[in-house]
Amino acid sequence: MAVKDYLRERFFPHLWCPGCGHGMVLNGLVQAIEKLGVSRNEIVMVSGIGCSSRITGYVDFHTLHTIHGRALAFATGVKMSRPELTLIVPMGDGDALAIGGNHFIHAARRNIDMTAIVMNNRIYGMTGGQFSPLSGENVSATTAPYLTIDPSFDVVELSKAAGATYVARTTTYHIKQMQDIIRQAILHEGFSVVEILSQCPTYFGRKNKAGSAVDMVKWYKKNTTPIGSKAKKENPELVERGIFVQEERPEYCKQYEKIVQTAMKG
Amino acid sequence: MSDNVKFVQGNEACVEAALYAGLDFYAGYPITPSSEITEGLSYRLPQIGGKFIQMEDEIASLCAIIGASLTGSKVMTATSGPGFSLMQEALGYAIMAEIPCVIVDVQRGGPSTGLPTQGSQGDVNQARWGTHGDHAIIALTASNHQDVFAVTVEAFNLAETYRTPVVLLFDEIVAHMRERLVIPEPGEIPLVGRLRTSVKEGVDYHPYLPREDGRLPMSDFGGVHRYNVTGLFHDMWGFPSSEPQIVHGLLRHLVDKLENRVNQLAWFKEYYLEDAEHLLISYGSAARSARHVVEKRRLRGERLGFLELQTLWPFPTDIVRDKCAHVKSVIVVELNMGQILQAVKLAVDQPEKVFLVNRIDGVFITPTDILNLLRLIQGKGV
Repeated sequence: MAVKDYLRERFFPHLWCPGCGHGMVLNGLVQAIEKLGVSRNEIVMVSGIGCSSRITGYVDFHTLHTIHGRALAFATGVKMSRPELTLIVPMGDGDALAIGGNHFIHAARRNIDMTAIVMNNRIYGMTGGQFSPLSGENVSATTAPYLTIDPSFDVVELSKAAGATYVARTTTYHIKQMQDIIRQAILHEGFSVVEILSQCPTYFGRKNKAGSAVDMVKWYKKNTTPIGSKAKKENPELVERGIFVQEERPEYCKQYEKIVQTAMKG
Repeated sequence: MSDNVKFVQGNEACVEAALYAGLDFYAGYPITPSSEITEGLSYRLPQIGGKFIQMEDEIASLCAIIGASLTGSKVMTATSGPGFSLMQEALGYAIMAEIPCVIVDVQRGGPSTGLPTQGSQGDVNQARWGTHGDHAIIALTASNHQDVFAVTVEAFNLAETYRTPVVLLFDEIVAHMRERLVIPEPGEIPLVGRLRTSVKEGVDYHPYLPREDGRLPMSDFGGVHRYNVTGLFHDMWGFPSSEPQIVHGLLRHLVDKLENRVNQLAWFKEYYLEDAEHLLISYGSAARSARHVVEKRRLRGERLGFLELQTLWPFPTDIVRDKCAHVKSVIVVELNMGQILQAVKLAVDQPEKVFLVNRIDGVFITPTDILNLLRLIQGKGV
């Protein structure tokens, strides 16, 4: 099937700003799914609120655009009742880890089989450029006119600690790696977290003099490095990308099946 | 005692009814005084191949059952005041996206943590107005276990018929009291199943285009029709829209589908209304004492009537106005500061003849409490 068959062209043009990284994530995601060859009828995509969450409208799957921060909770209900379906949950950084932080850690703890994609642009775009828990310190935002003092979560470390069994990070520059990481995340049986650094030239870029969208994507090239690379040892400031965790642990719905079997025996 | 006669708590009656109604999926979070529902279903649901999950909070519980409902499951969650407060945003989502689901609120004293183990009927207005924006809602209640069973089954039927969340407003007293329950035979109470679209694969399916009778056939997630569900105002495909005509049309649809059927949705019981001079109106646990007073005073020849409301929302305004038309006074008995009293006052032609008899101290209202105030209202002194 062609990539465009996964898109709802009826609902284009999309609402993302020129230069926004989220379209590149959409591209990488659809390419990954196309390679997997999963039927569109078997995919449920659940999102919350924010720029990133509008991605559900543009893809031709079963799509559930929910409320702010709660996408993983809705997705848990879908997956528990129909475990054979493939669940993909794209979220923004604020959506996933501010208002949605509790659901994020509990979905990871359960190791329920779904793919959480954190589209991290380090800013609340939809509401006009306020800082998020992933902005980090010394960032300019509309709610940080004197720069941020809030330290950032490390999505990878948080996911590992919470129990996610697949944890990866990539960027919108590394589109081939993004496709491969998403493909493996979907194939992984358990809770998968994929953090994708995605540029917001309109707010983060403009407020922090990060240049154009192209400049911001180039920044990802320059400031990230494969996990454990020599460059990382020489320059600890570099952000590592790649697959950090890929391990087997009993999956939640499979475990529940055992409960059903026990209960049915009486 | 035959197998279908039980001596149970109200919460257990709710569990039995949910299973009778065909519950497939339950998500919940522990909270007094509703926990027996969550506990009961954690045990019973997997025995019939159903699914139970204890979520991280009440917000997640309601979100999870909404997700499960979209796959075609019959779903429920149960909570009490603080948890019901947390659920309000997702409740609005279920209204907007028209997702069948049942939400039990076993009321306890509030506000805030309030009186966790004591009875109250303080969430009546929250059920009606708790979520933001104009909307309509169905809320049912019951005063005894047989009725807990009946309204719980009805809640599932209404949720499916109207594609809407239905709130069951029980209270701690009925929930924790034990009494006899007769479980009806299968088929004795008709069940409403999911109305699914007959649109064939490959043909454009409009999830939000009502049929001529106003109903919207659904298609299960995982099925052949892929569509969008959103809490934004949306068009017939479920795609976000801010077109004034679409916004207006959708809001009217969401309100009218229930408010235009008030009489059809109204469940109530009436006693001795034909010659009543004074009419008591009550619901839930308070109705037990109110009815007792009426029965006893009737034996003495006092012309008291009793109206027990089981549908609280949409409020049966015309029915209440009609029943109150020829009485000298209307006495609303409830365990709050007059939440249904206000609805009754709005309904009747002479609001000055409507009085409140209540308790707000966590103690169950007794027939004596009611009688004392009744004598004042009747002009008989204390």
